[in-house]
Amino acid sequence: MPETVIKVEGLSKQYRYGVIGHGTLYKDLQSWWARARDVEDPNAKIVERGGPGLDGERFWALKDINCEVKKGEVLGIIGKNGAGKSTLLKILSRVTTPTEGVVKIKGRVASLLEVGTGFHPELTGRENVYLNGTILGMTKSEIDRKFDEIVAFSGIEKFIYTPVKRYSSGMYVRLAFAVAAHLEPEILLVDEVLAVGDVEFQRKCLGKMKDVAGQGRTVLFISHNMGAIRNLCRRTMLLDGGRVILDAPTHQTIATYLEQNLIEGAVATAEQIEQRIEGVICWKNPYLRFRQITIFNDEGVPRRSFHSQEDIRVSVVFECFHAVQDIRLMVYVVDENAVPVLGTYNRDDPAVSDRFYRLEPGIYDAVCVLPGNTFGEREFFLTVHLEYPKTEHIVVNKILSFDVRFEGYNEAYGGGADIFIRPQLKWTLKTLEKGDMARQKI
Amino acid sequence: MGQTNREAEKWDLVILPKRGWFDLHLRDLWRYRDLISLFVKRDFVTFYKQTVLGPLWYIIQPVLVTVVFTVVFEKIAGISTDGVPGYLFYLSGIVPWTYFASCLNETSNTFVKNAGIFGKVYFPRFTVPVSVVIINLVKFGIQIILFVGFYIYFIAGGSPLRPTLLILLLPVLIFQMAVLSLGAGVLVSSLTTKYRDLTYVMSFAVQLWMYASSVVIPASKVPERFLYFYMMNPMASVVEMFRYSVFGVGVVNPVCICISWAVTLAVLFGGIILFSRVEKSFMDTV
Repeated sequence: MPETVIKVEGLSKQYRYGVIGHGTLYKDLQSWWARARDVEDPNAKIVERGGPGLDGERFWALKDINCEVKKGEVLGIIGKNGAGKSTLLKILSRVTTPTEGVVKIKGRVASLLEVGTGFHPELTGRENVYLNGTILGMTKSEIDRKFDEIVAFSGIEKFIYTPVKRYSSGMYVRLAFAVAAHLEPEILLVDEVLAVGDVEFQRKCLGKMKDVAGQGRTVLFISHNMGAIRNLCRRTMLLDGGRVILDAPTHQTIATYLEQNLIEGAVATAEQIEQRIEGVICWKNPYLRFRQITIFNDEGVPRRSFHSQEDIRVSVVFECFHAVQDIRLMVYVVDENAVPVLGTYNRDDPAVSDRFYRLEPGIYDAVCVLPGNTFGEREFFLTVHLEYPKTEHIVVNKILSFDVRFEGYNEAYGGGADIFIRPQLKWTLKTLEKGDMARQKI
Repeated sequence: MGQTNREAEKWDLVILPKRGWFDLHLRDLWRYRDLISLFVKRDFVTFYKQTVLGPLWYIIQPVLVTVVFTVVFEKIAGISTDGVPGYLFYLSGIVPWTYFASCLNETSNTFVKNAGIFGKVYFPRFTVPVSVVIINLVKFGIQIILFVGFYIYFIAGGSPLRPTLLILLLPVLIFQMAVLSLGAGVLVSSLTTKYRDLTYVMSFAVQLWMYASSVVIPASKVPERFLYFYMMNPMASVVEMFRYSVFGVGVVNPVCICISWAVTLAVLFGGIILFSRVEKSFMDTV
């Protein structure tokens, strides 16, 4: 049985809304002088009279977190924005202190809440490797030993004596991550930092993370990217409102998370989509983003239940931040286990295929029609992929759901329940023999 | 009891809610000594890369101030310089004072200036002010050389001044200035996390402080009954000590030295206490 290397007991963190104090000595003195003269404080919050304001009010960013992590485990942490994931990591990495509770840690901790912390533009790549490495907790001799490896990993050997201000953003990130990747702590805390750089580099990073985990090191990994979590973690913790909702094997936690966050209506907003996106995503410098996904009927009314004869329209509104070529938009109808039932591709239709080929920066609305008389009676889900080859591949799994009520064809009900595809297909009927002759043969 | 002790030993790090007043992680500071040296190196390198005038400015600035002081205070106002030529007298005050003042100014915005890094990664925060105090020694060194140059020029010109043996204690003086500016700097930097406008007050306050530090008016002109009170300003004692060791003139006595060290240490401990309070909760308020 591996030993416990992180033990969190009753951990809570309280924050106050707004600013504490007035922030300037001048105003504090002014308030004090006003109070001394029994005059109204010129800096008093106006909301105080109308009711409780947010200022100075407290809230719990984390409440009573308990968990243990064993040596060599890779623990994923997921949850909506504001669920307390980052606060937890900040406490573990000692950037801030808890309000209550205890964290006990065995072994050296390194945290990666950002890549390239402390990089100085005037310094050369080499100097920054040393600076960044020591900030992250390495000693100089450790860096001496790993320097060649770090440079090789970053792939910018040629520019290592160039000030980083002349680097492209990609080179910068590669060098920064290379340093981080060669930290050799017993415990590594990672917050969404993989989400930088291009696809190939992200793959390299994920591989490196897997190696780290494979060497018996403990990793705590926060991500919005369910794909990466699935890939790396066997156990995942779901946080919501500062509490641990579930701490279970990854597939179970992700299923619960997605289930919890099913969108009720027929419209998924950008924010709702953002919380569920997976795939390969450039966070810092996005190319493509979903803005809204809607299911609606022929009249343009958003709906989530349809009769089987009705056409179902799916609108995908997305934004291009740069001019892009050959983007691929796929809409899948999937079942509750995310198994695809049907798929369609933006360039299937020759009428608009060319228009999709090259897109200038802007916001676009792509609509596809799932024709009536296709589905059987059951609940379906939509999964949408948006891909800019070799750069970004954004996936939203089961973002919306819709119900189909099977109406039957020709006013004859024909058992459409719980069948995925129930189209009206051609039938033929041939009479092979007639009357008594058939019976005689038997 | 034995049980809990064994439990405590098992863990390398125990994170608790902030409490306790004096918790500087000195062991951590030692473990991160490479970081201090790299901070020093970074500041050194970036300084030379950015400006050609930079190092030259270190020489121009004290010379200009010395000329102004000599004209205004010695020639026009006729203030005593303890029998030392005006240029030497003022320069001998300005050089140590400049070291102290720049350390203080730079350490006093430790938190505000480094908020970005502090919010992302843990390392002993104290490494930053410590590295500032060290990097300023470079500037101090350049100015000391300037001062020595002036001094030799005056001696060659027939000045009877000679250094005393106390000059061997110069490292102690520098150390005291470093400790004092570090203490005062972290004290102010901790306060600026709450009161941002203190930053503006600071540069002004440092200017005023100079006039009470024997840089312009020698302690020998301070009335006897106020002397010990005057020496509560540790910099006054430091400047007097410096002058005494290089020229053999000035007010130096054991009581003054004790007072100034007592105040220096008090400021340092006060600063450290406040700093270690603030470094834990600082990230929640920015």
